[in-house]
Order: sequence, then C-alpha cells, then structure tokens
Amino acid sequence: MSATDAHIRMSACPGCDATSLATSRAAGTAQAGDQEIALSLPSMHCAACISTVERGLMDIDGVSSVRVNLTRKRAVVHARNDVSDEMLTEALARLGYDAQPLDQATLSADQSDNAARDILMRLGVSGFAMMNVMLLSVAIWSGASDATRDLFHWISAAIALPTIIFAAKPFYVNAWKALRVARLNMDVPITLAIFLAAGMSLFEVANSGEHAYFDAALSLCFFLLAGRYLDQRTRTIARSAATELAALEAPTALLLTDGKPDTVALDTLVVGDTVLVRPGARMPIDGEIIDGDSELDRAFLTGESDPIAVRLGDQVRAGEINLTGPLHVRVTAVGKDTFLHALADLIAIAENSKSKYNSLADRAAAIYAPAVHLLSFAAFLMWMYLTGGDLRFSLNIAVATLIITCPCALGLAVPAVSTVASGALFRKGLLVKHATALERLAEVTAVVFDKTGTLTIGQPRLLNPDAIAPADMAVAAALASSSAHPRSKAIAQAAAEMDLPEVTLTNVKEQAGHGISGQWNGQSVALGRADWVGGTSDGTQLRVGDQAPIALEFEDTLRTGVAELLELLKDLGFPITLLSGDTPDNVEQFATPLGLTDWRAGILPDDKAAILKQMTADGDKVLMVGDGLNDTAAMALAHVSIAPASALDATRVAADMVLVAPDVSQIADGLRIAKSARRRILENFGIAACYNAIAVPIAFFGFATPLAAAIAMSSSSIIVSLNALRTR
Amino acid sequence: MEVLTFLIPVSLGLGCLGLVAFWWTLRSDQYDDPEGDSARILRDDYDDHPAD
Repeated sequence: MSATDAHIRMSACPGCDATSLATSRAAGTAQAGDQEIALSLPSMHCAACISTVERGLMDIDGVSSVRVNLTRKRAVVHARNDVSDEMLTEALARLGYDAQPLDQATLSADQSDNAARDILMRLGVSGFAMMNVMLLSVAIWSGASDATRDLFHWISAAIALPTIIFAAKPFYVNAWKALRVARLNMDVPITLAIFLAAGMSLFEVANSGEHAYFDAALSLCFFLLAGRYLDQRTRTIARSAATELAALEAPTALLLTDGKPDTVALDTLVVGDTVLVRPGARMPIDGEIIDGDSELDRAFLTGESDPIAVRLGDQVRAGEINLTGPLHVRVTAVGKDTFLHALADLIAIAENSKSKYNSLADRAAAIYAPAVHLLSFAAFLMWMYLTGGDLRFSLNIAVATLIITCPCALGLAVPAVSTVASGALFRKGLLVKHATALERLAEVTAVVFDKTGTLTIGQPRLLNPDAIAPADMAVAAALASSSAHPRSKAIAQAAAEMDLPEVTLTNVKEQAGHGISGQWNGQSVALGRADWVGGTSDGTQLRVGDQAPIALEFEDTLRTGVAELLELLKDLGFPITLLSGDTPDNVEQFATPLGLTDWRAGILPDDKAAILKQMTADGDKVLMVGDGLNDTAAMALAHVSIAPASALDATRVAADMVLVAPDVSQIADGLRIAKSARRRILENFGIAACYNAIAVPIAFFGFATPLAAAIAMSSSSIIVSLNALRTR
Repeated sequence: MEVLTFLIPVSLGLGCLGLVAFWWTLRSDQYDDPEGDSARILRDDYDDHPAD
C-alpha cells in the first residue's frame, strides 16, 4: 500500500484509519526515498494525544508512517523527501501541539539504549533459566532421590551453565577490569559466588551429591541484573531527555554567498566565510561584524541583563544573541576554536574531579567485598580443621557462605531507590544526569544562585507603565509594535493590559542599535536609547514632539516560583548566596524585594569560581544553580549543580541536573526527595546487614541448604525493593 | 517415573518457547514506550476490526 492510498482512505473513511495506520506502520519503514524525521512533542500526555498526533500527521501528503513514543514525548515520522519539518510542525500547531524537529545526528549519537536492551535480554534469559531450574529444584527439595535427583541435577546443570556464561557477562567483565588494576569492586564477590556455586555444584552432581546450588547461582544473577537494568534505565531516560535538549538546537548557520543566504551545517563553515545572523538568532561562530548595527544580549557570557550596542568592526562571540538588526559577520573562529568551546573545555577538566566522588554503593562495596571473602575463607579453614581435612565438605560450606552473603539485596539497595527517586524527579521536571548527583544533592549545606537567566528569564518587563500618560504610552506601544527588541515586546505587552487610545503613526523606521522613530499628528516621535532620542541619562526613553523625554524603566521578569523556592530553602535552613555579573543597581533591585541579603554584583566568571572554591574550603557543600557560561566554572567546582533547560548547551553538559519544568520551586522538592532517597538507601543497607547477621552464622556453621539460600535471597530482595518505594 | 522422559522435554520446550517470544518482543521494540502502550490499549480504534 502506498502512502497516498493511506492518505486518501483516511480522509474518506475516518473509521478505517486505525487499520490503515497499523498497516502502514508495519510496512512503511523501508520505502525508497524515505526520510526519517524525529519531533519532540513536550505537551503530549494521554491516549487521545497519541491518536490526534498520529492521525494528524498521517493526513499530510507524503507521510508514510508515524509512531508516537509517549514515554519520551517524541514522534518518529517516515515521509517522502519533499516533506519538510515545517509542514509537520505547522500541522501539529494547528492541532494545538508545540513541536520541535530534533537533530537526528545528535540523537543517534546516544547509544545508551542498546546497553539497556542488552541487559534486558540477559535478564530475560536468566529469568527463564531460573524458573525452570527452580521447578526441578522443588522436586528435589520435596524428596526426589537417587537416580531421579541426579537426572534433575544434570538437567539443571545443562540449563544453568550456558545461561551463567551468557547472563553473568556484565559481572565477570567488570570484575576482571577491577582485578586487573588490583582493585576490588562489588562485581568480584558476585562473580566469585556465581562461578564457585556453579562449579562446586557441577562437581557435586558428578559425584551424586545431595546439594546443588544452580538455582541460587541463577537467582543471584537474575536479581542483580534486575538492579543493573533499573540503574541503566533510569539514567537512559534522563540522559535521552538531556540529549533531546541538545538535538533541539540543530547546528546550522546562514552562509552568505554572493549576497544570498544559504542554510548550511555549522561544521562546514571555515574561517573567512561570511554569515548572516538575523535578529533573534544566536551567534554560531566567533567573528567580526562587517556590515550592520545591532544590539547583542551577552547575558550568557557575562550575566549582564542590559543589551550591548555593536557596530561595524566589533568582535562577536558564539553564543551571544543578536537582538535588533541583521548582521553580516566574517568568521574568525569555528567549532573547537571558539571562545565558547574553550570555556567548555575548562569545564571538562573540572568534571574529572567529580568522578572521584565515592558513592554510597562504592563505599559499601569497599567494606563488603573483602569481608565476604574473608568470611567464607574463614569458614573453609575452620571446617578443614574441624573435619580433619575433608576438602569437599569444607568447600561446600565456604561456597554456601559466599552465596548467602553475596550482596543480592545490596545490588538492589541503591538502584531500586534511585529509580524511584529519579522517576519522581523526572515527573517534577528535574533530569538527573549524573550517576551520583542524587547522593551529592542530599549532602548540600548551602545554595548559590546566578541571577540572569536562572532566577529571571532574561526578558525585560516594563516597571512604570502607570507613571506614563495614556497618550504617550499609546505612542510608545505603537512604535514598539514594529520591533522585535525584547524591550519593545515588553512595552507592547504592558500596553496590551491597559486601556489606551488608538494612535496611527506614519513613516515608522527602526534604526538598528538605536531605536524607532515615526510621525504622529505632525510631530516627530522616537523611542530608543536615551542619547539617541535626545535625553541625557541612560536607559530607554520616549520623546513625543518637543516635550522632555520620558524614561521607561525595565526589570528582568522573575521565573515562576522564585519566591516560593527562596522561602522553602530558608525554611530548610540553607544559607542562600546570589552571585551575578549584572550591575549592583539591577541586582539590588532584584534581591531586596525577595529578602535576599547575601548578594554580590559585577562578579566575573573567575570570581565566581574563586568564591565557590572558598566556600568549599570552608567546608560548605554547595548547590550551584546557573545557566550561563560565566557560571560553568563555578558549577563544575560546586558539590552539585543544576542548570535550567534554557541554559547554553555547554552549561547543561556541565550540570549534574537539568531543570526542565518552568517552575524553579521544584528545586526545593528535589532537595527533599534526594534526602529521602539517601535515607532509604541507608535503611536498605541496614536491612541487608540484618539479614546477613542472621544468615551468615547459619551458613558458617553448616546449616544452610539450597532451599534456605533461595528463600533468604528472594525475601531480602523483595523487602529492599518495597522499602525503596517509600521514597517520596 | 517413565512419564518424566516425556514431561521434562515438554516443560523445557514450553520454557524455550517463552524465551523465544521474549526475544521477539525485545527485538521488535516493545519495551520502548511503556507509558504510550498503556495508553494505547484504551483507544477504541481497534475495537470493531483488528489490524490486518
């Protein structure tokens, strides 16, 4: 069935569309001339959304298949090559969904999906083998003897041995890696227990022995793989969401050849090229302005909230946002040579220091692994002495001890909790990117915020609309409506909420970097920079005819939930510091109404890092929340860091967590959940210790049977998982 | 006890069948979107005529 067929049938008979959808979905993956487009659909949330989106996209001519993934809030579309991203996003916009095309190259670079699938396969195989061997074991435990028992044991061996070689691979590979550099990790006792149990059992079976531990070896494998899978999946979901943020910024630039702009991939640019940067766009490269006037938003680099005027000959840097006029920029540095990238490299160095953090699981393993080995060795020696050298019997006891003490519950203790906690945070809009970020968040003693872009959204808001006469305000609004400058938008927004007289302007002109002028009732009017309008002071002013210019005051708009966040943090007793690169006036205006007393303004990136270093040296464990490049060095030095989703790519990469929700007060929730998760992990360790306190003596003195091992192992794993569910 | 020679291969065969089914579900991406799948079963698109 061709794509067009499906399309026609769908519109003719809405009742049949499910059928055509399903068929085309199955068939439509490999048609000639197909392209695959991935879309991000953040507002999708229910069954009805899936139907609406899938049907809506199938209605477009040329689309052959659509598959929505609700977990990742994504849609993958297969379509003919003449279907553009815009056609799809426009169709979705009409249906009421915000859609963003995702960069396939960035998405496919993320291979962690395969790792999760690999573990899932091993988990499935070990689960199958465990259940079958368990069935045979039940027969043995309920009294099968002699030839029947031996037969059952042999069948168990035939199932268990290949399974162990396949399913336990992640453990023995990791154990070998650790042993090669003369270290012990949790995988060493696991591997030893699994292989000794299997080997010893095989020896027993060959000699018609009574006990075989194949089921124990397999369930050990199964439970531990379950822990690994949870761990992997939690991080995959958070990481894929973070990759998606990067994929949203498709790396393209407008290359000017003979005066005509052409969209090209960023990595094809070379030094000496000329690119066009439209108002509202981000500088893709470092360069020099060769044509045009404009204003730049440098908040990402410096934290300054006021725009900076630039003109011919000025240097621009990648990451800055062009505000008013189109600029022609000659490329002086691309890719890895840009200032942005140099800063990002600095962060990578600081990152290494973080990987040295010892997680709770590592610390537990450091005590646990040697203890287990010593204990089973001691059991072996003791029984060798007591039985006067009965090697087979002593070895049996030693293996039983190793199996029973093996960290089945420990292997689940941390992943189960972090899965629940990360899931809760994910729903609240906090992505946990780094493996140990949750544990580090639980230890925080002080919080440091950046201002511009973090607590504010970097968009101005008009402060004094009521102080301006309605007639003047109407003129300002009319002038502002023709410009895309953030302050113009703020004036238009403020005017929309007021009841203003109609005004008609003629001859409206925007002079990039300066302001907008026009004619009103025979007078000349202008809105723009104070010195350009004819005023004296700084800032933005409005001049109507020959009257004295009127000052328009702006402040940065607060993010949702800032006041609540600060309140909650104060209640929890955290000292809060505000470090901003903005001017003291702007910072004070911001901090005082919020009751923030510890603020510092005009801080350079190096100073931020120095302050963080000082705080760390004073014994504080700092949570740093920031979005700009000027914050990244400080964020890398902080104990744990959070960046909002609107932050620069480099900053999001450096951050341990990314806040996707618009409401910043979720950070306080994040702190609470992290602390709760830490408590649950410690409780789980406690449970595992209690269980060992009972089980170890039983095994040590030779009372353990395969049945006892199976019961103890399963029950402790279940208790630990249930306890993890209490994280909230 | 002779019945065991018959029953044990049968039980193992059934187990293998389950394993193959699991392998197939894994290969055909059926664990990629748990949330979406739980929502999809509530749609009435397939109620009258199953997908062919």
